[in-house]
Amino acid sequence: MMGKYVVRRLLMMIPTFLGATLLIYFLAYAMPGDPTAGRCGDRQCPPSYVAWFRAHYGLDKPFLEQYWMYIQNLFRGDLGVNYYQNTVVHELAIRYPTTIKLAVIAVLCEIIIGMAAGILAGISKGKFIDSLVTVSTLVVIAIPVFVLGSLAQMVFGIKLKWFAVTAGDGTWRQLLLPGLVLGSLYIAYVARLTRTNLIENLRADYVRTAKAKGMSTTRAFGVHALRNSLVPSITYIGASFGGMMGGAIVTERIFNINGIGGLIWRSINQRDGTTLVGAVVVLVLIYMFMTLIVDIIYSWLDPRISHE
Amino acid sequence: MRTHTRVITAGIAAALMLLGTTACSSNPGGSPTTGGLTSITVRGCTPQHPLLPVSTNEVCGGNVLDATEAKLVHYNSDDASPELDVASSIDTTDAIHWTVKLQQGYMFQDGTEVKAHNFVDAWNWGAYAPNGQVNASFFEPIEGFDDLQCPADQADCTPAVTEMSGLKVIDDYTFTITTTDPTSNLKVRLGYTAFAPQPDAFFADTSDGKADFAKTPIAAGPYQITEHTDTQMVLQKNANYSGKFTGAVDQVTFKIYNDLSAAYNDVVANNLDITDVIPSDQLVGDAWKNDLVNSDGTPRWGTKATGVIQVVSFANAKQDPGLTDVRIREAISMAVDRAQIASTIFNNARTPATGWVSPAVDGYKADQCTNCVFDPTKAKELYDAAGGYPGTLSLWVNGDGGHDPWATAMCNQITNNLGLPCVVQDTPDFATLRDKIQKRELTGMFRTGWQMDYPSIENFLAPIYATGASSNDTDYSNPQFDSLLKQAAAATDDATANSLYQQAEALLNVDMPTMPTFYQASQFGFSTKVKSVKMTPFSTFDFGSVVLN
Repeated sequence: MMGKYVVRRLLMMIPTFLGATLLIYFLAYAMPGDPTAGRCGDRQCPPSYVAWFRAHYGLDKPFLEQYWMYIQNLFRGDLGVNYYQNTVVHELAIRYPTTIKLAVIAVLCEIIIGMAAGILAGISKGKFIDSLVTVSTLVVIAIPVFVLGSLAQMVFGIKLKWFAVTAGDGTWRQLLLPGLVLGSLYIAYVARLTRTNLIENLRADYVRTAKAKGMSTTRAFGVHALRNSLVPSITYIGASFGGMMGGAIVTERIFNINGIGGLIWRSINQRDGTTLVGAVVVLVLIYMFMTLIVDIIYSWLDPRISHE
Repeated sequence: MRTHTRVITAGIAAALMLLGTTACSSNPGGSPTTGGLTSITVRGCTPQHPLLPVSTNEVCGGNVLDATEAKLVHYNSDDASPELDVASSIDTTDAIHWTVKLQQGYMFQDGTEVKAHNFVDAWNWGAYAPNGQVNASFFEPIEGFDDLQCPADQADCTPAVTEMSGLKVIDDYTFTITTTDPTSNLKVRLGYTAFAPQPDAFFADTSDGKADFAKTPIAAGPYQITEHTDTQMVLQKNANYSGKFTGAVDQVTFKIYNDLSAAYNDVVANNLDITDVIPSDQLVGDAWKNDLVNSDGTPRWGTKATGVIQVVSFANAKQDPGLTDVRIREAISMAVDRAQIASTIFNNARTPATGWVSPAVDGYKADQCTNCVFDPTKAKELYDAAGGYPGTLSLWVNGDGGHDPWATAMCNQITNNLGLPCVVQDTPDFATLRDKIQKRELTGMFRTGWQMDYPSIENFLAPIYATGASSNDTDYSNPQFDSLLKQAAAATDDATANSLYQQAEALLNVDMPTMPTFYQASQFGFSTKVKSVKMTPFSTFDFGSVVLN
């Protein structure tokens, strides 16, 4: 049953994927401004350079022809050569590991800190620990990430020297602080989501029934209430992983991380459609796989959700 | 009330918890000194073009090539005056026919000797249109350049001629240059990166656009690129270096930063040794001078006047008829209090411009722009006499360059002093602004800047204000101006040439196609490992000046 569902979902990815590439390719193509306009400073580029550039990157061809060429190469595993004359595959290959590391740290923080805080707050509703979680998450949600990031860098990196100031090499240790900063907003949401769901489920009839039947509080809570309360949080965490990959632009800039967010930002600035499309297409793929994984975990956590 | 107290306690505890969770300590390492070799790390950024002298026209690649390429002429790192490097003499009697003699025994990094054909072949390759090199236009003065270009109406072509007739190899150490028109400052121009020689290995590379060679190019300068990745470029001292401009440290690593603030913070925390740019928010209230100070009070920062000028250009009369009357343009320029903006917005990191030429170059004359003197009363009189500007005046700047503060201040002054509504228009980025300027889509005024290519007064006038010049964004055209430039280019002694260029500059004060705003200086900072360092008037690092603690 499950296998069939997964295959169907995988097949569905193909048209979604093609549609996404066409859309992104068109958006990159339609970006205002000639790609050579900013490449010679305040000087007009020599016509010979402009001609070479347009021919070299196929910009002199009509849109559909450009897109068709791109798709053909894509299926050969060739994502093209960008304006820095590097292959896009290479650009992505050196950046995705860093971005994934960063997202993994953020997601681990989400799961460990966020869920723990949510569960603690949920089981001690109205007590001190509950207020602590509610207030601290509110503070984190209210502060924009660039403020949080710059502040964390200043306090923990420069003043206290607990963490690396920047993470140019992309090692796990360097990425700890940026990961935490990136995850902070999601941690706060997960904590709040878990708390609310847990409180609701603890009041639910089936928990009361279980207790009335003589089940221990721990078991009623652990097996029944908690498991049900985690369903929305898992969905949220899964979706956030995809969001973190492309949405880390601000964090990446503050901590000088050589990741996908920065690459996307740079390619937009340079009107470098080739890199942009390549980077975003891979993001789309990751997002689709994450949603699939979330859906599978979903049915495992809650057997009522059937994939038939 | 009870709840209230609890909430506050919870808030404090939350802060403590945040401290607790992040308390797993890690200690970032400083810059390495490997095996007795001295090494420093400096801020770098991703080069936009391949690392070839004829391909590189921006600072990210330029900073690196400045340390790796030797040219016929070297610019003094203090005052930018030209000094002979690979050349032993560059002579002319008529500013048209030049004889270049090379030093014997000057070596490339791969141990081959720099010979005359290495220059001539490299320049021909750079100028040849199908090679599509960004810096091709620097070879324009050389006779025969046009034969290597495509016809104006044809984008793609293969010219039959691949060598400029103006270049002739006489022997291994001598070649001659013939220019189409007299070019009195050719010697100064020859120090620009585009005129660097290329070794035989360059011509042997068959990859598209010499991309393989450009990864770790071989040149004749004091440093050699030994590693080039997306996160850093490592330069080591060139063992075969034959010139006099030796670097002071054995290894220089350019670490790539996408953001100026990240680099700055790393210098403050001693993780990076030198940054050549200070983010503008740190200039406010001189915050950077407080951050960058040693425990004994000695500064870890410096400034250097550079050959960069910021200008606000007026859209020409065809684009914006409202600006046709020169009195309107004069009035706008006079209504701007440059000194006030320089002190309040830039904390005097920029200085008010008094002419169209940077003080960093030979030929500079102060106070050429009398319309740049702040005079709100006279400005208002001129403005009213000319009948005013219809509607709202736009000041276009690129939104990604941190130009909003000064542009807003400038607009406010124009509005207050002239009663002319002025609004700052942001384009999303630099490329969009250039695109709109090049397509002549803008009305009102727009920001243009100029960083000198070579230290000559000519470089601030001819490329920007000569009729039809490549950077003439305002379509300025004055036959008298053009003729003065021609005469200056033909003058064989510097004093005469400079005086003619200054006369041409004075015409800009009459016609006001643009209004000069600020001269720029570079601000830089360094770590505790570095005792002192200097920067050049080109905003590049002077690696010969680095003194380590």
